[in-house]
Amino acid sequence: MTDAPLPDLILEMRGITKEFPGVRALDDVNLQVRRGTIHALVGENGAGKSTLMKVLSGVYPTGSFDGEIRLDDKPAHFKDIRQSEAAGIVIIHQELALVPLMSIAENIFLGNERDRGGLINWHETTTQTLAVLRKVRLDEDPATPVAGIGVGKQQLVEIAKALAKDVQLLILDEPTAALNESDSQNLLNLLRELRDQGITSILISHKLGEVLAVADTITILRDGRTVETIDARAEKVGEDRIISGMVGRDLDHLFPPRAPHLGETLFEIRGWNVFHETVPDRQMVIDANLHVRRGEIVGIAGLMGAGRTELAMSVFGRSYGKKISGAVYKDGQEITPHSVSDAIKHGIAYVTEDRKQYGLHLEEDIRHNVTLSDLGRVSKRSVIDLHHEVVEAEQLRRDLQVKARTVFQKAGNLSGGNQQKVVLSKWLFTRPDVLILDEPTRGIDVGAKYEIYLIMQRLAAEGKGVLMISSELPELLGMCDRIYVMSQGRITGEVSREEATQEAVMKLMTRTRTSAVS
Amino acid sequence: MAIDKLVVGPDPASSPPGGSPTPAAKPEGLLQTVSRSARSNVRQYGMVVALALIVILFQITTDGILLRPLNVNNLIMQNAYILILAIGMMLVIINGHIDLSVGSVAAFVGAVAGVMVVTWDLPWPLAVVAALAVGALIGAFQGFWIAYVGIPSFIVTLAGMLLFRGLSLVILEGQSLAPFPDGFREMAAGFIPDFAGGELHFFTILLGLAVSAAVAWNEWRTRRRRLYYNLPAGPVSWFVLRIAALTIVINAFTFTLARYEGMPIVGILLIALIVVYSFVMNRSVLGRHIYAVGGNRKAAELSGVKTKRTTFLVFVNMGMLAALAGLVFAARLNAATPKAGTNFELDAIAAAFIGGASAAGGVGTVVGAIVGGLVMGVMNNGMSLMDVAIDWQQAIKGSVLLLAVAFDVYNKNKSK
Repeated sequence: MTDAPLPDLILEMRGITKEFPGVRALDDVNLQVRRGTIHALVGENGAGKSTLMKVLSGVYPTGSFDGEIRLDDKPAHFKDIRQSEAAGIVIIHQELALVPLMSIAENIFLGNERDRGGLINWHETTTQTLAVLRKVRLDEDPATPVAGIGVGKQQLVEIAKALAKDVQLLILDEPTAALNESDSQNLLNLLRELRDQGITSILISHKLGEVLAVADTITILRDGRTVETIDARAEKVGEDRIISGMVGRDLDHLFPPRAPHLGETLFEIRGWNVFHETVPDRQMVIDANLHVRRGEIVGIAGLMGAGRTELAMSVFGRSYGKKISGAVYKDGQEITPHSVSDAIKHGIAYVTEDRKQYGLHLEEDIRHNVTLSDLGRVSKRSVIDLHHEVVEAEQLRRDLQVKARTVFQKAGNLSGGNQQKVVLSKWLFTRPDVLILDEPTRGIDVGAKYEIYLIMQRLAAEGKGVLMISSELPELLGMCDRIYVMSQGRITGEVSREEATQEAVMKLMTRTRTSAVS
Repeated sequence: MAIDKLVVGPDPASSPPGGSPTPAAKPEGLLQTVSRSARSNVRQYGMVVALALIVILFQITTDGILLRPLNVNNLIMQNAYILILAIGMMLVIINGHIDLSVGSVAAFVGAVAGVMVVTWDLPWPLAVVAALAVGALIGAFQGFWIAYVGIPSFIVTLAGMLLFRGLSLVILEGQSLAPFPDGFREMAAGFIPDFAGGELHFFTILLGLAVSAAVAWNEWRTRRRRLYYNLPAGPVSWFVLRIAALTIVINAFTFTLARYEGMPIVGILLIALIVVYSFVMNRSVLGRHIYAVGGNRKAAELSGVKTKRTTFLVFVNMGMLAALAGLVFAARLNAATPKAGTNFELDAIAAAFIGGASAAGGVGTVVGAIVGGLVMGVMNNGMSLMDVAIDWQQAIKGSVLLLAVAFDVYNKNKSK
C-alpha cells in the first residue's frame, strides 16, 4: 500500500485559516492524511493543533473559517460534531467523555443507543459491546461501571466507543497523557492494529518518543502554520529534528545543565502511613521515609496509583487521606502541619497534578490566582492593598515570563504552559522552602517545559528543596539528583543520579508488594 | 482594533511594566471605548441598561407616576427588605450555595421581635440587637450542617424554610402581634431629619451632592489606576460623560426624594450595606476567599483557604441579613405576622441571578444584586400602578428572570 503511485488521501485540509477576535489561530494550514496510516500532529501548546481538529470535527462549523476540507476526495461541510461523526470522524479528547457511574456498555452506546422504538435492546447492546471490546483487547464485563476501571482501560473504552460508531478517521488528543508506561504501550500497539484493519488515526501528542514509535507521517505546526510534513517511513527522524521544527530553534539539550550545591537536610518524612479517604482499610502509603537536602532536586517515580500523589498531599497539610501517622521534620525540627494553611506557614508548597481542577481559578485573573495562597502578605488587617497585590503579581509574572499582557488577564484564557507558570507563581508567592511539584510538565509543550526546568533549578540554587513527582522517566533522570521509587504504596528504592537508568528505575517501579518486603 | 488589547500578547517583553508609572494614553476613540467596555462588562452594563429601559417603559405606561416623588419613596420602602436579602443571597450564590430559608427566617425573627417588643415590652433597640443575634444563630445552625457536615445547602435550607415557618406560627400562635413602638417603625417608615426646613429637604440634597462627589472621586481613582497599570482607560470624553451621567442620576434621585419627605432611613441603611459589602467583597481577604471557594472549592482548599469556615460565615451573614430584612418588614407592616416573608427567598434569588450571579458560583457583585433587585422591584411597582393583575405579574416576572439568565448564558458562550 505504500507503493501506491498516487497517495490515497482520506483527508485533505487546504488553506485553513481561522480567526478569533484579535488572534489568528490558524493561518493557511495544509494537512494531507493518507488512508490507513497513523498521522502525528505535533506542535507546542497554542500552535493550533486543537483548533485544527475542532475545525475538522465541526466544533467550529463550516463558514466560521476559511479553507477547504475534503474527505475521500469530496468536499465536506460539517455544521456540528454529529455530522462529522456521521462521516466517520471521531475525536477522543484528552479529558475523557465518559459517564463514570454508567456501565461500559452504556457508555459505548451513549447517544448511539441500540434501541427499538426508544427502548434499549440490551441483548444487541451487550453483544456489540463484547465485539468492540474484543477489538480493543479489553477483557471486562460490559456491565462494569466505568468508574470501576483504571484510566488506561477507560481510554480503551473511549476507543471502543469510536469503533462502535463505525469510525474511519480516529483523532486522539494526547491519549497517553494520563497513562502509565505500560498502558501507553498497550494503546500504541492498539493504534497499530487498528491501522492494519484500515482505520486511519491522527495522533496529537507531546510525547515525541511515542510519536516516533508509531507515526507513519508527522506534521509539525507552529504558531498556527504548517512547518513541515515528514514521511517517517521514508527517512530516519530524530527527536531533535521535530523539536527544532516545533520551537523554531535548536534545543541542544532537553534539560538545562546544572551543578548542584547540596546543603543540610531540609525536609524529612519518617514512618509515614496514609489510608484511603473513603475505603478505610486500604493503605495508600506504607511506612514511607524520605528526605530532601537544601539545593537538591529529588524525584519520586512510580506508576499510576503507586501512592505518590497521596504521599505528597497527605504531607501537605493532610489534604488527602485518613488515619495519617508518621513524622515530618523541617530543618531538624518536627513540624505538624494539620491544615494546608499550616503547611504554607511552615514553608511547604504543593503544586497540584491537575492544574485546571485543583490548581487554578480559571474565571479569575492572574493576579487573584497568584495571591490567593497568601493574601496576608498583601493585606493589612485583612484589607487587601490592591496596588501592592498588582506589583507583587506583576513581578512574578515577569520573573517567570508568563505570556500574558498584564496580570489582569483571566487564567482560563492562557495556554497550558502559561497556566502552569501561574500556578508556580502562586506557590513562589508564598516564599516556600520546600516545593513539591506533582507532574509539573504534564500536557505542556517542550519550550515551556524547558522554562519550568530552569525555574526548578533556580529554586534549588537558592537553597530550597524541590521534590518532583513525575511519570516521565527521562524527565526524572534528566532533572533529579536523587530519585525515590514508589510501588504499591511503598518506597521500593532510592537511586542516585549516577546509578539512575530507565531500566533500574522501571524495575523498582514494578516491584510488587511481596518482593519489596524482602 | 480596540479589542486587540485584551488578547494575550505574543511577547512578554512588549508587556508594560506594572511597577513603574507610565501613563501612556492610548489613542482610542469614544465609540471604540464604549463598545469595548460594553463587551467586556456585558453582565454589568446589560443589567443597568435593562433597568434604565424598564424604568423608561413604566414611566411612559404609567403616565409619569412611576418617578413621582411619592412613588420613588415607595419604591425604596417596598423593596428595601428584598434588597437586603439580595445582598446576602449574592454572597451565598457566589460561594456556590443557595438559601431557600430566608423568607421563613425573616418571618421568624420578626415574630421573635414582636414577642420581645409587643408582649414583653422590652426596649426596642435591645430587641433589634437580640433579633439580629437570633438571625446569626440561625445562620450558624444552617451553616453548620452545610459547611461542616456537608449536606447540600438546597436541602438544609429547604428544611430551614419549613422549620422556621412552622416555628413562626408556634411563637405567634397563628396571630399577628401589633403595634410596634414609633422608634421601631422609624426603621422602615422614617426619614432622616432636616436642619433647614423648607419646601425641599435640604439635607437630602446635600447627601446627593456628597455621594456624587464620592462616586466621581472613586471613578477618577479607578481611571488613574488603570492608566498607571497601562490598561485601556478610554478617552477623557468617555470618562467625563460617565461621571456626568452618574452625577445626574444620583442628584435627580435625591432631588426627587427631597421634594417628598427626604431620604428614608432605610435608604441610608441600604447605602451603608452596599458600601460595606462591596468593600468586603472587593478588598477584604474574606471576600476574596468567598469568591475563591465558589469558583473552585478544591483549588481554594489546596491554597490554604479555610473553605468550611468561609461557607459557615457566609451563612451566618445570610442569617443576620435575613433577620434585618425581617425587622424592616415587621416595622413597615407595623405588625409581626406568621405569613411575613412568604416567597421572599425567591425574589432574592431572582434578584441575584438577574444581577449577574452564576449558578456555578464564583461570579457576581453586590451592586449587581441591587440592580437585579431593582429590576424586580420596578416591575412589581410599575405593573401594580398599571393595574396588571397579580397573576400576570408573576408570569411576567418569571419570564424576565428566564430571559435575563438566558441573555447572560448566551453572552458567556459567545465569548468562549
